[in-house]
Amino acid sequence: MRVRVLLGVLAALAVAVPTAAAEQRASLTEIEKQVMCPVCGTLLQLAESPQAQREKAFIRRLIAEGKTEDQIKDALVAEYGDEVLALPQGSGFSLSAYVVPIVALLVAAVALAIGVLRWRRAGGDPDDRGAPPPAGPDGADADRLDADLARYDL
Amino acid sequence: MLAVLAVVGLLVFGLVSKGSSGVALGEVAPAAPLPRLGGGGDGSLAEYKGRWVLVNFWASWCEPCKEEAPALERFQRQHGGPGFTVLGIDSRDLTSDGLDFVRRYGLSYPQLRDGDGGAAHDFGTTGVPENFLVDPRGRVRLLVRGPIDEDYLQSNVAPFLPGGES
Repeated sequence: MRVRVLLGVLAALAVAVPTAAAEQRASLTEIEKQVMCPVCGTLLQLAESPQAQREKAFIRRLIAEGKTEDQIKDALVAEYGDEVLALPQGSGFSLSAYVVPIVALLVAAVALAIGVLRWRRAGGDPDDRGAPPPAGPDGADADRLDADLARYDL
Repeated sequence: MLAVLAVVGLLVFGLVSKGSSGVALGEVAPAAPLPRLGGGGDGSLAEYKGRWVLVNFWASWCEPCKEEAPALERFQRQHGGPGFTVLGIDSRDLTSDGLDFVRRYGLSYPQLRDGDGGAAHDFGTTGVPENFLVDPRGRVRLLVRGPIDEDYLQSNVAPFLPGGES
């Protein structure tokens, strides 16, 4: 029984290990969708310049050495800096590229919600709400009004 | 309102950080430290204050740079010393490719590495190769976009150097 269990575990491991390795194995096709050609300013996938060819050769070499996708991207950042990554990294200032739009959207939604709540709470015609009382006549109009009123003994 | 301010702030930051840059003739050349190609810490144009320096931006994948490199090396052997040096800056290039290039062309002058192109941006280069002759006070005296050859070096750079005509 024990032997069968042991064989079963070994068989499961034999299947699992290559599967995990295959999942981690990097491919040029996948990486060149995620990194830039720094000289061309386009995705490496779309670039054919001499610099892009060197970059692709560098990636192929690292794949042949068995490096993972993350290790290869790290190596590219070490060579060309952060801007080689097509998408910003999830840390530092680059994180703001993801966070700021979300925060801005939330702030706008909250501001809109507060505005709607206040409007509903106040009720009535929003044109009348909070409007200052109409100002009376002044200057010559006021004098004329006073003179007209004086003619009537009310 | 806050969202608008945040977006405007980001746009301003983008403009400031990516905006136009570069040096014109007579201006002080950027001298930010850069890693030495092949290791050994950082180096900078500032190290050569008091000397004439021909700053040469190049990359191993650049064909005109291959034609220019032997002329620069000959000029360095002829004029290099306490009063002058060529300073190579390998820009947007792989370290291993840059080192291969230096070996292949037997370049003896100092080399810095500008992997992310930051120094090229600070100098306002439009590509490689580009050359900037910097005087002993750190000001740009000549600027050449594109490759230079032996004739150009002898007739335009040499006269500035100690023992030259100007």
